[in-house]
Amino acid sequence: MIELVNVHKSFNNKKILDSVSIKIEKGETFVIIGQSGVGKTTILRHIAGFFDPDHGDVFIEAERMNGADPAKKSRLRERMGFLFQSGALINWLTVRENVALPLAEHRLGSISEINRIVDEKLELLQLLDSGDKMPADISGGMKKRAGLARAIVRNPSIILYDEPTSGLDPVMSARISDMIIRMKSELGVTSVVVTHDMVSAYNIADRIAMLYNGSIIECGTPEQIRGSSSPIVRQFVEGSLIGPIEV
Amino acid sequence: MGISAAAVWTVIFTRARGFDMPADFRISYRKRFMDSVSALGSRLLYQVNFTGFTLILIFKAFIQMRHAFFKRREIVKQMYVSGVKSMVVCGIVALLGGMIFSLQIGLQLKTYGQSDFVPTMIINVMNKELGALLTGIILTAFSGAAMAAEVGTMKVSEEIDALEMMSINPVRYLVMPRMAAMMLMMPALTVYTVILGVSGAAVICYFQLGMSMEAYFRRIVESIWFKDMYVCMLKSLVFAVIISSISCANGLKAANGALGVGHATRVAVVSSLLMILISGYFITSLFYGGFL
Repeated sequence: MIELVNVHKSFNNKKILDSVSIKIEKGETFVIIGQSGVGKTTILRHIAGFFDPDHGDVFIEAERMNGADPAKKSRLRERMGFLFQSGALINWLTVRENVALPLAEHRLGSISEINRIVDEKLELLQLLDSGDKMPADISGGMKKRAGLARAIVRNPSIILYDEPTSGLDPVMSARISDMIIRMKSELGVTSVVVTHDMVSAYNIADRIAMLYNGSIIECGTPEQIRGSSSPIVRQFVEGSLIGPIEV
Repeated sequence: MGISAAAVWTVIFTRARGFDMPADFRISYRKRFMDSVSALGSRLLYQVNFTGFTLILIFKAFIQMRHAFFKRREIVKQMYVSGVKSMVVCGIVALLGGMIFSLQIGLQLKTYGQSDFVPTMIINVMNKELGALLTGIILTAFSGAAMAAEVGTMKVSEEIDALEMMSINPVRYLVMPRMAAMMLMMPALTVYTVILGVSGAAVICYFQLGMSMEAYFRRIVESIWFKDMYVCMLKSLVFAVIISSISCANGLKAANGALGVGHATRVAVVSSLLMILISGYFITSLFYGGFL
């Protein structure tokens, strides 16, 4: 379970998160939507322990992430996988070496064991044929899948997705969304997804929260968000120019 | 603190002038003065913070050296990148440097009939100063810039965050191999630079000063001192730590995309060069200035 309690965060005197409280249940896929620059990724980075809140607390499976020493943060991060927006693959390693990196660096198994696990994950993400390619030689969608393979290689209980479908064509977006659903059904992970792709959000989410002006203004199932009476939520999900959101 | 001190000084300064300035001009002048003091203070604080960050990075990298065997493949790769690949440039600069230096002092000394002293001067200058300094300058431009750009690009493209998410220590994975490789290659390249510098000077002594090769190298061997050699090695090790740590620290602090990487690279090169010159002076002063 992930819990953010009354989280406040400012950068250069600009308030980004203003009393954000979220409770995400085990095995749930929780999607955070909102305009660009509204602070969605900041929430993910708080969960991952890259940022500590100015006020408030972040709990990962009942253990406090904020204020933890680097060793504890590192231990908590072992339970998490993070799919970065760009994939964040190490550019001098092949796809296979990238996926094997967490296992090899922590010496979690023999070479044959690591190879077996990496093959398994590459197959799950349909990347087995591209294992020997360099990150520069693969498409954006493949980079994201490779990043996802690396994120799940240690079987984390939580996966954080930062804009998993941004910059991808609709077919590839659907494929990535399908991967996220499969991660939940096959591995039973808790997922936190940041996106503004509403098609993907409706497909994958158990619950959707809308972040606006640093606060969660609405949180509910995809059906509840679709039928929201809030003019802000309606304008955002419909992609309308007319409404309270200033463009 | 800085801002309030600035405000006090502004009030004292404007009152001491003894005439009344228009109110809006006074406010604008005071604000500009306070802004510049504040900016200076911020810059100073950033520099102090960055120096601390770099020193801690050196400390952490030395602690991580215990994993050097496990990271041997990466260290060997970095030795190739930062050392072997710069051998051609180092060689050309050393050879030409030795030739130019011997030509200048050779022609001067020849007029006094003292050209026999050229080999002694060459080996002394190369061993005591130029060998390590030339190598340091070349490696700063060649490898330090590449390190800062590489680590900086990783930083802005979230690869460092990805390492942290995998519970991989970026110092162990990125900084330690680069520092270890530089510490291994820098002394070797310094010896190489000294040898080529002396060889370049030999060509000039033979062809332009009429000295036999045998006499030249005999004088060289006679003029090599153990102290010069170990000071030279010490300097090269210090320069290696300076270049790798400053370059990696700037890379790790890079922000704002490609522009930030360019800025980090530029600052890394300039800071490394300055620190090489400053530390070079202090080491020389320590060993040859009467302290040791």
